[in-house]
Amino acid sequence: MKKQTGMNAEKVYRLFIYVALITLSVSIIVPVAWVFLASVKQNKEFYGSPWAVPEGFYFQNFIDAFQKANMGTYMLNSMMVTALALLILLVVALPAAYVLARYTFRGSKLMNSLFKAGLFINVNYIVVPIFLMLLGGDTFLQDQFGGGFLLDNLFVLAVVYAATALPFTVYLLSSYFQTLPSTYEEAALVDGAGYFKTMIRIMIPMARPSIVAVILFNFLAFWNEYIIALTLIPGPNKTLPVGLMNLMAAQKSAANYGQMYAGMVLVMLPTLILYIIVQKKLTQGMTLGGLKD
Amino acid sequence: MSKTLEKRIFIFVCTVPALILLAIFMIVPTVEVFRMSLYKWGGFSNNKVFVGLDNFKILWGDINFIRSLQNSIVLIVFVTLITMVLAILFATLLTREKMKGNGFFRIIFYIPNILSIVVIAGIFSAVYDPATGLLNNLFALFNLDHLQKMWLGDQKIAIYSIGGALIWQAIGYYMVMYMASIANIPESFYEASALEGAGRIRQFFSITLPLIWNNIRTTLTFFIISTINLSFLLVQAMTGGGPDGATEVFLSYMYKQAYTNSSYGYGMAIGVVIFLFSFALSAIISRITNRDVLEY
Repeated sequence: MKKQTGMNAEKVYRLFIYVALITLSVSIIVPVAWVFLASVKQNKEFYGSPWAVPEGFYFQNFIDAFQKANMGTYMLNSMMVTALALLILLVVALPAAYVLARYTFRGSKLMNSLFKAGLFINVNYIVVPIFLMLLGGDTFLQDQFGGGFLLDNLFVLAVVYAATALPFTVYLLSSYFQTLPSTYEEAALVDGAGYFKTMIRIMIPMARPSIVAVILFNFLAFWNEYIIALTLIPGPNKTLPVGLMNLMAAQKSAANYGQMYAGMVLVMLPTLILYIIVQKKLTQGMTLGGLKD
Repeated sequence: MSKTLEKRIFIFVCTVPALILLAIFMIVPTVEVFRMSLYKWGGFSNNKVFVGLDNFKILWGDINFIRSLQNSIVLIVFVTLITMVLAILFATLLTREKMKGNGFFRIIFYIPNILSIVVIAGIFSAVYDPATGLLNNLFALFNLDHLQKMWLGDQKIAIYSIGGALIWQAIGYYMVMYMASIANIPESFYEASALEGAGRIRQFFSITLPLIWNNIRTTLTFFIISTINLSFLLVQAMTGGGPDGATEVFLSYMYKQAYTNSSYGYGMAIGVVIFLFSFALSAIISRITNRDVLEY
């Protein structure tokens, strides 16, 4: 008899856990799924209950978002900036991380502490000084050559993204390089391969897992970033999240709900697809670095 | 070419580009924040006047800054407490209780973390909308009309609504962190304590919590830093500090002064104060929570 109640208590307990887990899951899935449904609703449907199912599949929202709200152009801009920033970041960070992990030389200690200190600098604090610096540069170029190009420049934006991601990336990569055995590179150097060849042909391919982690984290960071883009690109060449912000602000007066939710889908769809493909790597890699902007 | 020269060139070529980028876009702007906070600069005139610590004196009497300080502290406490309790609870349940669908729940809980803050702002504008919002209509569905609120319009609760969105965003991230360290605790500890008759709750407080204490301490610093940063990004995209300054936080006030208002010097003084505040708070909390580390 006593055993019977014990079994029941256990069952109730497990049921209770499932209720808690499912409640949290629902509170996460429902708002995200709702945006997807809302993106195919017609404008008039938004005046009824928000819990109503879409009457049809109104794809015109996406066409409007692309054409009228310029989201197509913004999407191309975002892709370009993200790809370029990742490329610059890897080209600059990989050699630096490798050298810092493997060689001691005059100034190597200072360099290490500089990058470590960079981990504590958050970009939200320094975005205005960066803006002023570029503005000053533009004024100078204007006076000297009659035209500045530092603000409103997607390439400069990509460089700033790469630079602000450097401390974390160098930290992550160089701690990975330190775990690799040095016998490979010793063998390569003895065989007569130069330093550059050893690094590019042997060491960088061996660091592939950490490179994948770096690309994943920074893809999400660059694609989703908006405050630097908002500050450094005052002109029409916006990135996708800034474009979405404009849509959200415009919606308050014009009430183009469908278009706005279509814009939200455009921003989050690439990250969701990537997440579904690599979710294991992402949650595992997180404990590798364990830092957050 | 000698080997040492070759090596020097190699080291130089590898490190200099990274150093240049770091110096131009991180070190110099950081130094500038501190330097500019000592100048009166901005508005319509473009001349800088050195004013010493005047900006900080003005700051002390600036009622709007005090308000943003209060809001930020409310958010840090509110978001940290709730997120931490929920994240530890769910991490324990998922790791210790061998539930079916463990992997599935983990994938779902982490989703908010990969969304852009702008998207989260959009989602929660839809959730909190007073007339057509998901939350108020959900209450209406269950006949709980008295719970309906002006989530972002009411000055008293707007800051907690922002906090709700931040908690929604953060739970999965911290849960995954705690899961990793709970999974590292040897199973034998739990088996031994079960033989001694310790129940789940006793096990949680005597084994799990003490052994992940160091991890919890680290995340406390993360909570302070990320709440200050993310609340700015969210407020900027969602309410712009309104209604009437009710959701103004530290960095949104700094951005408003330094960028929108062009009072660069004053804005940077705010930045310095926020930076020192978050640094001091992290140090104090790290000091208070210091316990002897349990080894296993």
